[in-house]
Amino acid sequence: MAYSPHTPADRAAMLEAIGVASVDELFADIPVAVRASELKLPPPESEVELTHRLLGLAGRNRVDLVSFLGAGAYRHFVPAVVDQLLLRGEFYTAYTPYQPEISQGTLQTIYEYQSMMGELTGMDVVSASHYDGATATAEGALMACRATRRERVLVSRGVHPHYRQTLCTYFAGADLVADEIPLVADGPKAGTTDLAALERMLADPERPVAGVVAANPHFLGLLEPMAQVGRLAHAAGALFVAVVEPVSLAVLASPASYGADIACGEGQPLGIPLSYGGPYLGILACREPLVRQIPGRLVGMTTDVDGRRAFVMTLRAREQDIRREKASSNICTNQALCALAASIYLGAIGPHGLRDVAALGAARAAELERALAAAGAPRLHPGPYLNEFAVRVLNAPEVHRRLLGRGVLAGLALAAVEPDDPSLADALLVCATEVTTPAEIAAFAAALGDEIGRAVR
Amino acid sequence: MTAAGDRLGPTLFERSRPGRGGGRIPHPPKDALSRIPPDQLRTEGPHLPEVAEPELTRHYVNLSQLNYAVDTGFYPLGSCTMKWNPKVNEWAARLPGFASLHPFAPDELAQGTLALLWELEGALAEIGGMRDVTLQPAAGAQGELTGILMVRAYHRSRGDLERTEVLVPDSAHGTNPATASMAGFKTVSIRSASDGGVDLEAFRAALGPTTAAVMITNPSTLGLFESRIGELIEAVHAAGALAYMDGANLNAIMGRFKPGEAGFDVMHINVHKTFATPHGGGGPGAGPVGVGEKLLPFLPSPRVLREPDGSFRLERPGERPTSIGRVRSFAGSAGVLIRAYAYIRAQGDAGLREVSDDAVLAANYLMTRLTGVLDIPFSRHCMHEFVASGATLKAETGIRTLDVAKRLIDYGFHPPTIYFPLTVEEALLIEPTETESIETLDAFVEALRSVVEEAHADPDLLHSAPHSSPVRRLDETTAARQPNLRWRAMTGEQTPCPD
Repeated sequence: MAYSPHTPADRAAMLEAIGVASVDELFADIPVAVRASELKLPPPESEVELTHRLLGLAGRNRVDLVSFLGAGAYRHFVPAVVDQLLLRGEFYTAYTPYQPEISQGTLQTIYEYQSMMGELTGMDVVSASHYDGATATAEGALMACRATRRERVLVSRGVHPHYRQTLCTYFAGADLVADEIPLVADGPKAGTTDLAALERMLADPERPVAGVVAANPHFLGLLEPMAQVGRLAHAAGALFVAVVEPVSLAVLASPASYGADIACGEGQPLGIPLSYGGPYLGILACREPLVRQIPGRLVGMTTDVDGRRAFVMTLRAREQDIRREKASSNICTNQALCALAASIYLGAIGPHGLRDVAALGAARAAELERALAAAGAPRLHPGPYLNEFAVRVLNAPEVHRRLLGRGVLAGLALAAVEPDDPSLADALLVCATEVTTPAEIAAFAAALGDEIGRAVR
Repeated sequence: MTAAGDRLGPTLFERSRPGRGGGRIPHPPKDALSRIPPDQLRTEGPHLPEVAEPELTRHYVNLSQLNYAVDTGFYPLGSCTMKWNPKVNEWAARLPGFASLHPFAPDELAQGTLALLWELEGALAEIGGMRDVTLQPAAGAQGELTGILMVRAYHRSRGDLERTEVLVPDSAHGTNPATASMAGFKTVSIRSASDGGVDLEAFRAALGPTTAAVMITNPSTLGLFESRIGELIEAVHAAGALAYMDGANLNAIMGRFKPGEAGFDVMHINVHKTFATPHGGGGPGAGPVGVGEKLLPFLPSPRVLREPDGSFRLERPGERPTSIGRVRSFAGSAGVLIRAYAYIRAQGDAGLREVSDDAVLAANYLMTRLTGVLDIPFSRHCMHEFVASGATLKAETGIRTLDVAKRLIDYGFHPPTIYFPLTVEEALLIEPTETESIETLDAFVEALRSVVEEAHADPDLLHSAPHSSPVRRLDETTAARQPNLRWRAMTGEQTPCPD
């Protein structure tokens, strides 16, 4: 088709040079018994037809609703320069920089990504990136097991359910144990990680803990007592794995400052489109003594034979293509282009811009809290939050569904992702960011008030 | 210094000046953070670069020009399939209807993407001869892990806990043994036969009641079709084990060989290879996994389901208890999968078959033309790639394959994959793909011929190559001994991490 340059004459010339009469002869090694049945797929499409089809499919999605949905993937303003630069074919059609002499562009951008994430997290070492927040968290927990030679981690129920589920999948494969730390049921600390329960779980001498995993802000938006979680973990000889959200780190304490040994998170909010779940950006960082345990690529600064500063993939003895079955992970790719998007975004938005993004989101969220409370949907938990929180709405899934008909995507009906948690049966998780407008908040509150009123009547 | 070398410049941190640039976000109210407890707040802002848009743009455009890429030239990197990445796919993935769709959007708002994913699953199942496909895995290596975790779940579901080993040929990608380890299995490496293929007898000897699976790459990493594949799969199944196909080289065999039909129980697919999604400088990829009947119950969740009324929905949490669970967040990398879908629709049935035919034709043409220039250890027809060796050249001149590769850079080509597979001395794995013209292939042959002549006439020229690249050979030893892995913006000092 149009992506192939070969004319019939070219093909004939190649066949002649090889000395075969037809391409079929080149496939003679495939025994007759296993040759494929006919390929039953639609016929080729011209670019005209293809673009028409794709526009049609994209048009069947609804992205026009007023949205308060976050829950691990966030709507943010992305400066136009980010995508313009991502469209440089020199970046997106290059491969892994195995030949550093002709890959300095990719290598330097990864080094700069590692450096920027180092600034945000405060951590010494940042990997060139992982698949997403969930897999980065699973890999962070596996690191803790390798580093401590223990086989059990404790994961707060405040960690995103997809991250917990992914961690469990990875841990089951490795015959390791992941136990869940409950959240406080009521009182002023309701919804945050239960420190007393954590302390009890850490105290079992028969089952030593490799790592404690907690998130800040956590899945329900609450800010966690991270420093205390870290102290308890360390007192039991466990590592502390912090799951963080990068935009929030413009204003919130960094994982390094509260004693995290490993930091993980989802980098999507840094200029990466929502795209129904990916490709995203797994952030994985650690303190220096753990550098040989961190999986995935690392880029370091060095010099060339002429003494010029240059960048190269390094500490590669951890990786699968060299260590094979003894590698720290089977990961082969990173999310280089997503890491590039995050770097360009941070370069474009700058440190003050990022702080404004985080602070404006927090301000809009406070407005949202007031408006929803006035509409009859108070917060579920009393503790502090940044820009996301849960509200109590009777029959939340049904109300959520009705609001779609009014043009409002009312966050996430938590029963849909945590069906086994009765405390979340009547709750919506809502968020605001810098792109949320006061008019949108008013529209949401008015529609929600109507629906709640209808239910009361 | 070359023109390209002039583009080596400061890091973004070095370009930064306090008060310069930054995003134009409406200012938040002054008290925006006053409700947050002080101990939760950062005491000092992150030291991120402060640059204005013109500098930012030049920084990245200049950096981009230090890269070699498919868009700039021939990239015959064996095993990586650096084929053309169609531009319309980039346009498609950026359509707001796709790009702005939230992963927790209710199914009724996501019908376009769900329909696309469902159709793509069907197309990949058809191409692979598989019963069904999951699109969730984020990359080929994660697809492998997903596949092997399903193998584990299958054996356990039958109460068969003795199967602790995965057999892998010694020519396999490093991800195969690394995956087996991650899934709790012991890897048993099986030597290849002298013709480069699987050694059927060695496999038969190793297969037994402790074998969970055999992982086979077909065509192999040597670019050869495993002609005894039918017998091997039969032996695997007779031993009660499952047959895993590493689908990295599916691009060679579309329309010619459907792994599922031949008896493979599970296969991962690298969409950035066969289905032309961009490599992105190392990612993102996507690693769909196809399964046969036996592994169907264990597919990761959530699946994309089609309702009787023709609408689509995602499987709900807990809906299928036999699933191995979730292997990442959300449903998968839809942004990558949209590109793969666009490619498959553009090519269609005839086009995909032609892709494989042309890839195999180009590889055989290049192999034929390089005979006599370098050693060609396996003389049969190859599939989409072939192994050459610099063993004779090294014996005659002392020039290593590494030097040949570096010198090719001076001729304007990206070097082939070198020193892989591990089973061939001084290996070069060469994969031209179907999207390179005969003129390009001929020019590459002439360049290699010229490099080999230089190896005899002026070996130092090769030892010190490349000469025309933005930087020359790097000090990788110091990079590893005294790693400098991040810029310390606050002090500007590059504090190396001690070993």
